[in-house]
Amino acid sequence: MAYDLSFAKDVYNKSEMGHWIKMCMQCGVCAGSCPLRAHWQHSPRQLFQMVRAGKRDEVLKSSDMWMCTSCYNCIVRCPRELPITHIIHGLARYAETEKAVDPMQPTRRFAVEVFWKNITATGRVGEAMLTMRLYFQDGIGAGIQRGLEMRDSALGMLKTRRLNPIPFRGKIKGYDGFTKMLAKAAELEAKLENKA
Amino acid sequence: MEPKKIGCYICTGCGIGDALDLKALKAIASKEQKIPVVKDHALLCGAEGVAMIQKDLDEGAVNAVIIAACSHREKSAEFRFDIDLMDRVDLRDKCLWVQDVKDGDETAEEDRQMMAEDYLRLGSIKIKKMNVPDPFLHSEGSKDVLVVGGGLAGLTAARDIAKAGYQAVLVEKSDVLGGKMNAMFKVTPDNKPPYRDLADNFIGSLISEVEADNRIKIFKNATVTKTSGQPGQFDLIIKNATSTKEVRVGSIVVTTGFDLYDPTKLPSSLGYGASPDVVTSAEFEKMAKEGKIVRKSDGQPAKRVAFALCAGQRDKEHLDYCSGACCIYSMKQALYVIDQYGADASTYLVYQEIRTPGQMEDFYRKVQEEGGVFIKGDVTAVAGNPKGGVVVKVNDHLIRAHESLDVDLLVLATGMVSTVDTLDPNSPSPVGTGRDELPGSILNLQYRQGPSLPRLGTNDFPDSHFICFPYETRRTGIYVAGPARRPMGIAATMTDASGAALKAIQAVEAVALGVGVHPRSGDLSFPSYRAEGCTQCKRCTEECPFGAINEDDKGNPLFNPARCRRCSTCMGACPQKIISFANYSVDMISTMIKEIEIPEEDEEKPRILVFACTNDAVPALDMMGRLRSPISPYIRIIPLRCMGSLSLVWIADAMSKGFDGVLLMGCRHGDNYQCHNVRGSALAEIRLSKVSETLQRLKLESNRVKMVEVNIMDAETLPGVIGDFVEQISNLNPNPYKGF
Amino acid sequence: MKEYTFFPGCSSEHNASAANMENSIQSMCRILGIQLNEIDDWNCCSASIGYAGGGQLPRMAMSARNFALAQKQKGNTDLVATCAACWLSMRETNERIEEEPRIKQDINTALAEAGLSYDGHIKTRHMVEVLIEDIGWETLQSKVTKPLTGLKAAGYVGCQTNRPFGVCGDSYENPLYLDKMIEATGATAVPFPMKVACCGGALMFSETEKACVLTKQILQSAVDNGAEVIITPCPVCQLNLEVYQGMINKTLGTNFNIPILYYSQLFVLAWGGSWQDAALHQQVIPAEPLRRFA
Ligand code: SF4
Ligand code: SF4
Ligand code: SF4
Ligand code: SF4
Ligand code: SF4
Ligand code: SF4
Repeated sequence: MAYDLSFAKDVYNKSEMGHWIKMCMQCGVCAGSCPLRAHWQHSPRQLFQMVRAGKRDEVLKSSDMWMCTSCYNCIVRCPRELPITHIIHGLARYAETEKAVDPMQPTRRFAVEVFWKNITATGRVGEAMLTMRLYFQDGIGAGIQRGLEMRDSALGMLKTRRLNPIPFRGKIKGYDGFTKMLAKAAELEAKLENKA
Repeated sequence: MEPKKIGCYICTGCGIGDALDLKALKAIASKEQKIPVVKDHALLCGAEGVAMIQKDLDEGAVNAVIIAACSHREKSAEFRFDIDLMDRVDLRDKCLWVQDVKDGDETAEEDRQMMAEDYLRLGSIKIKKMNVPDPFLHSEGSKDVLVVGGGLAGLTAARDIAKAGYQAVLVEKSDVLGGKMNAMFKVTPDNKPPYRDLADNFIGSLISEVEADNRIKIFKNATVTKTSGQPGQFDLIIKNATSTKEVRVGSIVVTTGFDLYDPTKLPSSLGYGASPDVVTSAEFEKMAKEGKIVRKSDGQPAKRVAFALCAGQRDKEHLDYCSGACCIYSMKQALYVIDQYGADASTYLVYQEIRTPGQMEDFYRKVQEEGGVFIKGDVTAVAGNPKGGVVVKVNDHLIRAHESLDVDLLVLATGMVSTVDTLDPNSPSPVGTGRDELPGSILNLQYRQGPSLPRLGTNDFPDSHFICFPYETRRTGIYVAGPARRPMGIAATMTDASGAALKAIQAVEAVALGVGVHPRSGDLSFPSYRAEGCTQCKRCTEECPFGAINEDDKGNPLFNPARCRRCSTCMGACPQKIISFANYSVDMISTMIKEIEIPEEDEEKPRILVFACTNDAVPALDMMGRLRSPISPYIRIIPLRCMGSLSLVWIADAMSKGFDGVLLMGCRHGDNYQCHNVRGSALAEIRLSKVSETLQRLKLESNRVKMVEVNIMDAETLPGVIGDFVEQISNLNPNPYKGF
Repeated sequence: MKEYTFFPGCSSEHNASAANMENSIQSMCRILGIQLNEIDDWNCCSASIGYAGGGQLPRMAMSARNFALAQKQKGNTDLVATCAACWLSMRETNERIEEEPRIKQDINTALAEAGLSYDGHIKTRHMVEVLIEDIGWETLQSKVTKPLTGLKAAGYVGCQTNRPFGVCGDSYENPLYLDKMIEATGATAVPFPMKVACCGGALMFSETEKACVLTKQILQSAVDNGAEVIITPCPVCQLNLEVYQGMINKTLGTNFNIPILYYSQLFVLAWGGSWQDAALHQQVIPAEPLRRFA
């Protein structure tokens, strides 16, 4: 049913900063502020209205949230002071936890499969490993292809000592505690609700 | 009055002394214009310069002053003398500052000197032709104020009038005070920080306050059936079922409020009548007040409620305007639903634009926080739902989709319509006789121009310039406040009522002093006419923008000076040139025109006369001076009180004197008029359309005369406007009447 | 000697992509008499893209662990970050811990698993804030011994040093501090309308083609305005603008070869530091226009 508020209420409660969506006055400033706006099918304000209109699938399956470069343009311009960037990140994360997003969505894949795994594996970013994982996520052939495209740059980075030739890095000392901490945080996250 | 002793004081500061030939100027004043006292000073606005003038006044050597220095809008505090006759000649802003004279360019220097000398001549003539006006006084004036309508606005106005120490007469047509407010459940926190929470209806306490005040005389079940006279002496007939009373008041505040638009006239797409579950906001308010927010069809709780905003408003077919308060009251009503049903409530506001006047943006936020869902779009169809409630089809502009919304109730936020009887603003024409009865008229004015108040543009509300002159109708001493003036909400209504109450008090006080109320506050002059010359042509009585002139049985004008705004439109209207003010007349301007020196044709120095309205064009010309924008040295500017005073005889005078062209600068007229006197510039334009006759008679080209609209902000574009006209004129042969 | 707790961040590690930033900042601090005390055993801040895999609490727990270590090791001394993303996520975490009791509680429950706790109160500052507020413009200018007169530089502020927090109250739409820094070294800041445009950020990895278009516009604007070098405070910007130039040239038909430097590198050189001190040998696109000042 259109404008059924159950989806909106879920988002208000569970998605990061989702309760702020109520406060959007649809001025459109955010829509004009996104650097990749040409690639958004729905602008932030439209997504917000879709939430209010109960369009659960359209919102959660959308790749729009994944087009956010975290430039924070919208956040400083919104006359209603909505934390738009965080709301957009929140919707992306909510789509991820609801398993609604296409697993092959490139940014989702990079952020979840590559980046998050990379940092939680040792406690810090291993840039060389990150790059390798990124390149080889579509298989060896594609990886070599992408590696070749960037060969000159990579060589340059190596030469100027800005890329570690050894892709494996050690774990931080407190890695055990670090992992337990993350596990606990994830557990609490499931119960977390927005304050409003 | 003792004989005029004129003193002319020429300032040589601000570069005037360096640029102009002082000796020659002084000779013009004393030798040519025969002014007995002529002095100069290097800093006239300084203490010493002012003291020099004051000394001459104190010693009785002078009783009328010409200050030849800067624009009259400069240094007015310094040059404030306790005398009746003074004029300023502008040698700086409109002369020096707009003349671009290169070093050693003798022709340009000479042109500038000629301009300054002409301006000095104009000032001299003007002061010679001015007389001291006597105020219009009346011994039996009243300072009481009539308030018509006892709703929120009327109660507030009456209370404020009484609080200020005046007597109020409050006339209410029903048997209770409070008006539409009585039906309200709660009120929005329009004037109470933090502007978020609904407040209890306070009308009861306001009613008691007014009823307890012995300075307020209340007539219930009563109407005003006749209003005659003028400010300070409005004579009313107040009638109720059993009695008739005659009452005199000094001024009037109309606070008759609004009616709601008839919902049965709304487009069927909004569904009124399609189901009992489509209600108007007034009906919904009643339900909320009774604590019954339920479906009308079956009495089930109405937890899902949609509001259609702009139900007929901002729609050419229905109400062409925004009703100002309905966004807010719909939000308020959404809160009623949320308050009653808590988490079960779903409220939807389908809007065009959300309008949150005053502090109401904070209230809007509050309603959003509470979960009100705002949908920008249109309601395209409504159908009863067999399960109860209605299905509302919405075209959601935000997500670009047509959706259907299942709700228990649809509330139509209908708009406000006027309760005041009004006249067509563009008809200066005979509407009445001054003795008409119009059944149902709020005031039934015994005015030559009819019993009603002129309206604003195409809608039905009384004219009242919303920025410059709020509350002021086109009938002096009569003010409108609250939704009777234009649609508005509670806070605005109360502010409005207070404002109008103060205006009404200002009016009675000004009238008691015999001076103009507004916009020429304090002006002692008013028009009179020479009865022998009158042909009963009725132009003056028809054209007066303020309906100030009635007619006697023979058709002669009957001036009501207290109604008059001193605009001088009647003076310009009179074909017999018999209407004049003590200090402003057709003859004065004619003489000024004739005094300007016109060079011989072979000197190739054309002359162009500019008539400029003092309200907008003159300040714009001054600002042009500040910008130091050069204009042609052939221009001579004569300020007019209002373009409405334009007499065609001046054009003829200018042409026969040998001016090559005449440019008129008046305010914008028409629907978004900016004329301080509403119709002054419009009437000047109409008169001008007949000028070609005059020109033909003189065998002159009709494009020698042109009227332009000038706004006070036009300083930057004026040089272009003037330049274009000068060019147009220089393409013509010189006026052959030069030297005749 | 001014002391700060220091959070270098992953890209500033030895042999990492912003090693040139790290090395030049260390030189800069040496000259200014600033001591940076690195947090022992710090972890990744989770950066701007960590939200997707981490959500709120795990993401913030990572920054909280760094705060907790800092508090334990160095007390509540101001914490300095040099990377825009680190600075942003740490400030955000600290704000939410201080303002939202629920978050504070949950974060501490998680930290307890690692034997740590944190109750807020560490101020996170960006290195440029330290320069402007604690060192001051006068000192920055007075240190110049080799003015970079004639060098035309475009000050590229980018996103995350600028928004949402902003630097020292400067404007979001037209911040001036970086231009002022450039001018402080004696160089000329060219007009640069793209100074706060987005370089694509982390989307350079996942949406490379789309992000390259953004980066191209920035480079083009700098070149069009006559810049010989681009100066930035942000390692993500630096990386995207420098390392992808080759790919942009290839795919978008341009011919860029403009060095992308950190403000710290410019300062070190102008203050008399060597090419090495300024880590100018660590540029993938060599800093040729600076040769004349070396
Ligand atoms: S800028 Fe803010 S208020 Fe405006 S549409 Fe975007 S989120 Fe809504
Ligand atoms: S922060 Fe994200 S949503 Fe906001 S303008 Fe930037 S890219 Fe768009
Ligand atoms: S301001 Fe006016 S009065 Fe004063 S010196 Fe200038 S021109 Fe004279
Ligand atoms: S106040 Fe709102 S609902 Fe009323 S007419 Fe204006 S825009 Fe429409
Ligand atoms: S001066 Fe104006 S207001 Fe007065 S009577 Fe004449 S036209 Fe009417
Ligand atoms: S306009 Fe003049 S002539 Fe005509 S009625 Fe009025 S006073 Fe008489």
